[in-house]
Amino acid sequence: MSSDAISLPAHQFDSLEQQREVASLGMWVFLATEIMFFGGLFAAYTIYRVSYPLAFIAASRQLDVTLGTLNTAVLILSSLTMALAVRGAQQGKRAPMLAFLPLTMILGAVFLGVKAFEYHHKWVEHLVPGAGFLLPGADARHAQMFFCLYFAMTGLHALHMIIGLGILTVMLAMAWRGRFTSTYHNPMEVSGLYWHFVDIVWIFLFPLLYLVGRHG
Amino acid sequence: MFPQAPLFPEKAATIAWQIDHLFLFALGGSVFFSLLIAGLIVYLGIRYRRRHPEEVGEALDDESAGARALELAWSVIPLVILMFMFVWGAKVYFYAARPPADAVQFYVVGKQWMWKIQHPEGNREINELHVPIGIPIKLTMTSEDVIHSFFIPAFRIKADVLPGRYTTLWFKADKVGRFHLFCSQYCGAEHSRMGGWVTVMEPHDYQAWLAGAGQAVLASGEELFSAKGCNTCHRPDTASRGPLLAGLFGRKVRLTDGRTLVADEGYIRESIMLPAAKVVAGYQPIMPTFKDQLSEDDLIQLIKYVKGLKAPEAASGIAAPAARQRASARGGTR
Amino acid sequence: MTTATEQAGETPRTHYLNVNYGIRSWLLTTDHKRIGILYLISVTLFFALGGVMAVLIRLELATPQGDLFQADQYNRLFTMHGILMIFFFLIPSIPAVLGNFLVPIMIGARDLAFPRLNLLSWYIFNIGGLFTFWALLHGGVDTGWTFYTPYSSTYSGTHVIAVALGIFIAGFSSILTGLNFVVTIHRMRAPGLTWFRLPLFIWSMYATSLIFILGTPVLAVTLLLLGAERLFHIGIFDPAIGGDPLLFQHLFWFYSHPAVYIMVLPAMGVVSEIIPAFARKKIFGYRFIAYASVALAVLGFLVWGHHMFVAGQSIYAATVFSVLSMLVAVPSAVKVFNWTATLYKGSISWETPMLYVLGFIGLFTMGGLTGVMLATLGIDLHVHDTYFIVAHFHYIMVGGAIMGYLGGLHYWWPKITGKLYPKVWSRIAAVVVFIGFNVTFFPQFILGYLGMPRRYHSYPPEFQVLNVMSSAGATILGVGYVIPLIYFFWSMRYGKDAASNPWGAVGLEWETTSPPPTDNFETTPVVTSEPYHYTRPAEAPGVL
Repeated sequence: MSSDAISLPAHQFDSLEQQREVASLGMWVFLATEIMFFGGLFAAYTIYRVSYPLAFIAASRQLDVTLGTLNTAVLILSSLTMALAVRGAQQGKRAPMLAFLPLTMILGAVFLGVKAFEYHHKWVEHLVPGAGFLLPGADARHAQMFFCLYFAMTGLHALHMIIGLGILTVMLAMAWRGRFTSTYHNPMEVSGLYWHFVDIVWIFLFPLLYLVGRHG
Repeated sequence: MFPQAPLFPEKAATIAWQIDHLFLFALGGSVFFSLLIAGLIVYLGIRYRRRHPEEVGEALDDESAGARALELAWSVIPLVILMFMFVWGAKVYFYAARPPADAVQFYVVGKQWMWKIQHPEGNREINELHVPIGIPIKLTMTSEDVIHSFFIPAFRIKADVLPGRYTTLWFKADKVGRFHLFCSQYCGAEHSRMGGWVTVMEPHDYQAWLAGAGQAVLASGEELFSAKGCNTCHRPDTASRGPLLAGLFGRKVRLTDGRTLVADEGYIRESIMLPAAKVVAGYQPIMPTFKDQLSEDDLIQLIKYVKGLKAPEAASGIAAPAARQRASARGGTR
Repeated sequence: MTTATEQAGETPRTHYLNVNYGIRSWLLTTDHKRIGILYLISVTLFFALGGVMAVLIRLELATPQGDLFQADQYNRLFTMHGILMIFFFLIPSIPAVLGNFLVPIMIGARDLAFPRLNLLSWYIFNIGGLFTFWALLHGGVDTGWTFYTPYSSTYSGTHVIAVALGIFIAGFSSILTGLNFVVTIHRMRAPGLTWFRLPLFIWSMYATSLIFILGTPVLAVTLLLLGAERLFHIGIFDPAIGGDPLLFQHLFWFYSHPAVYIMVLPAMGVVSEIIPAFARKKIFGYRFIAYASVALAVLGFLVWGHHMFVAGQSIYAATVFSVLSMLVAVPSAVKVFNWTATLYKGSISWETPMLYVLGFIGLFTMGGLTGVMLATLGIDLHVHDTYFIVAHFHYIMVGGAIMGYLGGLHYWWPKITGKLYPKVWSRIAAVVVFIGFNVTFFPQFILGYLGMPRRYHSYPPEFQVLNVMSSAGATILGVGYVIPLIYFFWSMRYGKDAASNPWGAVGLEWETTSPPPTDNFETTPVVTSEPYHYTRPAEAPGVL
């Protein structure tokens, strides 16, 4: 098991410590680009919500808050299990990784399943933008814009979740082979950062999309 | 020098002088600084050219007080000049953005690839704009398709013309003649041919031109108002289901979502095209859209008509909802 | 420099170019130096393609009637010229070619932090390029490189999606390059190389990388929305469905204005290296220039609205963007003054790189000053979307960025290839480029103030004299670009071998051999002095 473990840094680094710092800084920088990526969509959302508040509230009421809340809980829980898996890696323990990584992946899959169910529901209800869009009520055009943004934002988020599941699969394989030690575990740490980031994006998406105008 | 190849454009509007003054000031500053830098580079390059291969330059102490003062000076002096430019530029820009109250209202519709212009008297022309000298003229502009830009170099002004909203431009011509009219925002294949001429005329010539040119063949706003059935809901009596439009233009309007806005051309336009976007407080969003039924020219006619509806003495802004409440109190009339 | 041949006469030394051979050793390399050369090949091809289009554009404009091409052909020409030159040449030119080669060497590292990502970025770049090239072969796109909606989303009948996808993909290569540079500069500097001992080229690469990281994703999402709008008519930018075409312009310029700094900041970095090297003295106001780079990167994000003064945004927004744009001019002015002051009491040699760089300062000054005019609201009313703008941004992008790029290539060519190029020809080329550039673009300032709008396929006859001048200048400029292409190729085979430090310059890249070994240095260097520390060899201590 330990024969597979990585003990030497890659040739461009002086030490494993430097390599670890580099990996984690790299992920933080990557997350900065991700923030700007979603930021463009958040900007578009903000502008249109300010312009057409009533249509956005009406459209938002079509979303299922129960499912949204469920998904929020699922994701927060998955962040917890991910953190536990990373902790296992830092301590060089294989068992917690093999327990919590699959659990995290299951929670991620549950989230995507619920999301797919919601998407299907929107399709049945004619709330997918396009020729078939049908929302009884006043301002259907602008409500449609809400759903454009809804699908664009949650769709991109779901894409990030799917990529995250792919990363976790690789992590699980590496953990299974015992590649992580208490000195070498940056892939786990970096994957953890990514997973938490994707969760945080949802924490912003949920109130903006599901809870518009429900405060009053 | 070359009559066929001018180096400086003609001036034919009051604002052209202002913009030229600003430009010439900036040009003077730019020439000065360009020559200063170029001259310094050439002089220093020759004066301190390398005389033997091993020679090394003499480092300056850039931490000294003198160096700091120098660096501060060449940060602050440009900053002061720049702020002066900014204030002057903004002044001219604000002047250009705010038409005087007595400006005569023209309408412009851009489409791929022509300009359609309506005179206040009802005359219409395409790719030609005839205007009288010395009278402030305001253009209210929109586009039927993509973004265009209305540009008259001799007047030194331009503004983008957008679909779905109105933008404005104003000028006071001060020179008789024919001047280029260009579209300056790329708009597709024939972009470079989307233009024509602006003709500035003496007032009596303009009057003669108006009389000679064909009158509008457009349906008038009033005809459209009844032909499209606007008057079945927007009416002063108890059968009214929409707010009364008399005296609406320029007044403050309260919307169902609590916001207020001033009813301008853009608002009236939006209310016809996308009625549900901004509904007046106290009314239901029952009005259908007229998006596919009215051309931009029709819309302008309608807006001109609505603008012209004067408020009756008694009927103020509150009167319309009050009338509506009476109607519903009687059990609603359909 | 004559000692170079003696050194090379001995047993052939192993370096990054001869360590292994064959196409595989290049296509699968993770060596930042080789990836830099791969990028050099890619961007040169795109530059040649864009350059041919520029020549065709100028040919068309030699006569006012628009008789060489159809209007729609002409529109595709200037659009593809802009797209290729901006997204596939100017943006990657200095960072991905010179930056890739130099960043690790200048900071004394063996490679970038993520060598495989670096190679991946080159592949991504080329895939994006292939999409664009495919679209070009199938008729190209006619929206202008700015893709303004609703023309691009609804009205244009050309390959908007393929090209937008190409730019979208190529954008990820920018992001990966920026990410790699930031992490490398933060974590992999040689012992003793503190932030204020870094060469100014590194500072400018760092500032550029910040824009790559924070700006490119916004362009990506904008192009994504544009594609969705075109495919599904979702209405985000379409006023007919309640969308706002100005939102597109805001999002587009939020990236594309900082993109100008992606092009010009690296060139400024090159200038800040070459001036001290050929004046043989410390640069004046090091800290000021370093801070100015970062200030430009940050301020660059706050001024996008100055592209929209006449677009229908509120006059108060325009006022704010105008004043912020004025502020950007200050760090730029500071740099120009600092470079000029560095010449004072220097030992100036008029070598080819120095010619390009001195040309850069002059042309960038003119580009910057006309930029101030454009930032002045009142003047922009008249000159917006005319040839004045075209001239202005070519002074910044061609007179600035390309002069810097060529200066840098000439400066580091001996290090990259280990070969010297002919001095006389390279000086002639530099002068030809300078003259050709000015003859091409100066008349366009006058045309612009006269009122000739940009993107015009045909124009009123009174503009012809100036247009013919511009076209004639373009021919000279074209010759000026072909000469270096020839002698660079020539030098790779026939050029004399270069010594480690042919210019007598200071900097870690000159302390290793030419070309450097795969790991850049035999032993990790330790930095003990300030940058640009020039001392007289004989009487070194206490000269001042």
